[in-house]
Amino acid sequence: MKPENLLFAKTHEWVYIEPDASGGKVATVGISAFALEALTDLVYIELPKLGRTLKAGESFGEIESVKAVSDLYSPVDGTVVAVHDALPNQLEALPADPYGNGWIAKIKLADESALGELMNYAAYQKQCAEEGH
Amino acid sequence: MATALAQTPLFDWHASHGGRMVDFAGWSMPVQYTSIVAEHTATRTAATLFDISHMGRLRFDGPGAAGFLDSVVTRRVTDQQPGQVRYSLVTRDDGGILDDVLVYHLADAGGGSYWLMVVNASNRTKIVEFLEPRLALASDVLFTDATFDWAMIAVQGPHASALVQPLVERSLDTMKYYHAAETRIAGHGGIVSRTGYTGEDGYELILGARAIEGVWQTLIAAGATPAGLGARDTLRLEAGMPLYGHELSEAIDPFQAGLDFAVNLPDRAFSGSAALQTLKQRTGVPCRVGLTMTSKRVPREGFHILSSDKVVGSVTSGTFSPTLECPIAMGYVQPEFAQPDTELAIDIRGRAEPARVVTLPFYRRTTKGSRT
Repeated sequence: MKPENLLFAKTHEWVYIEPDASGGKVATVGISAFALEALTDLVYIELPKLGRTLKAGESFGEIESVKAVSDLYSPVDGTVVAVHDALPNQLEALPADPYGNGWIAKIKLADESALGELMNYAAYQKQCAEEGH
Repeated sequence: MATALAQTPLFDWHASHGGRMVDFAGWSMPVQYTSIVAEHTATRTAATLFDISHMGRLRFDGPGAAGFLDSVVTRRVTDQQPGQVRYSLVTRDDGGILDDVLVYHLADAGGGSYWLMVVNASNRTKIVEFLEPRLALASDVLFTDATFDWAMIAVQGPHASALVQPLVERSLDTMKYYHAAETRIAGHGGIVSRTGYTGEDGYELILGARAIEGVWQTLIAAGATPAGLGARDTLRLEAGMPLYGHELSEAIDPFQAGLDFAVNLPDRAFSGSAALQTLKQRTGVPCRVGLTMTSKRVPREGFHILSSDKVVGSVTSGTFSPTLECPIAMGYVQPEFAQPDTELAIDIRGRAEPARVVTLPFYRRTTKGSRT
């Protein structure tokens, strides 16, 4: 997955939207390379529970490095329909392939209005440049 | 905050070599260059370099220097021979810890001697303010705050001797742990001490601010890995060493902190000595313990320590230990819960995660001598 094809939340989660078989839409969610680079030395991730209903901006898990812990925030409204179960035991997948094998959860959209709050890659890069320096 | 951060003489090097700079005690310091775990592991297996120029370096000259220092630190100074370094404390009149310090007694080239006190960056101003009125009464002591004239680096790890020896004229084979000497360092006048804060064998080098970058680069060319405050913290925590502002504070006395060895009471009077006589007999106060955990979630400062859902203490430092590969913490608990192997829990953001009291340190190297 190329980051140019993704949407980003202010809180550094990325989102890829695709249609599902039932005619709805599913968002695959992960964490940006920028955020992972800032965290480094990951030791723990807590994934959301399958079937959990989330509002955009709600915490659905946490990611912990040697240095600090961060909440993971849902970028969309919807229901968790898949989680990346293998991830807690292969945390190296996150920095190695943040936009592919580093995916965290898939959320079936209940409402698309929250998508308007998300940024394209260029806008997100601008935010990171301002945060980083 | 409009106040500019202080910079060490290595600031430009850090900033241009990937150092992630953070505000630490009013100084702009590198927290890491690559990763904390990589820098930590390099210290345990090879050797790393730390810029510790931010620490305060206070010099005492004159015939009254030893007597003066003996009146302001918890550990006897008068029997400290030239070449000896001692870990000591400065305490308030009520016994609370103002700082933990290293006291160096050094022979100078002219056959005399002088003293250094190396203090925490965060406490330098406080300690100087504590010393000044006392110095005003000691006319035979010449005090100099040399912090900004000198730089200081630590070379830590099993390869430290091999890296430092070619730079110094003094034979390091004959230098014992917690000893120091003036020597030439890469041609510059300086001080080398066999000390450190990582649990490894290693050296701390003090030399002029202008000479430091060349020595730093020479050590890197010889194979040392630069390391930042992040690794320094995980290393000292594995080594069970208390950190001021976390395990140590003005609200903590040395006995609670488990630093009885750093307090010599009999036949001496120093700031806090009367209170410490009383505090030594005190029972029932929280004391410092080490804790290991089986979960991967990391305890952080301030988290509650629990026994059967009752709060019995709190965490003062916690991290993931790269050497033990599990989370570790230090904290203060009520003494009835301080015995090794006591099963406790730590409230990590609302969930009680199992923790076990262990004997400190978490990590002990297998070679070289002990602190004197």
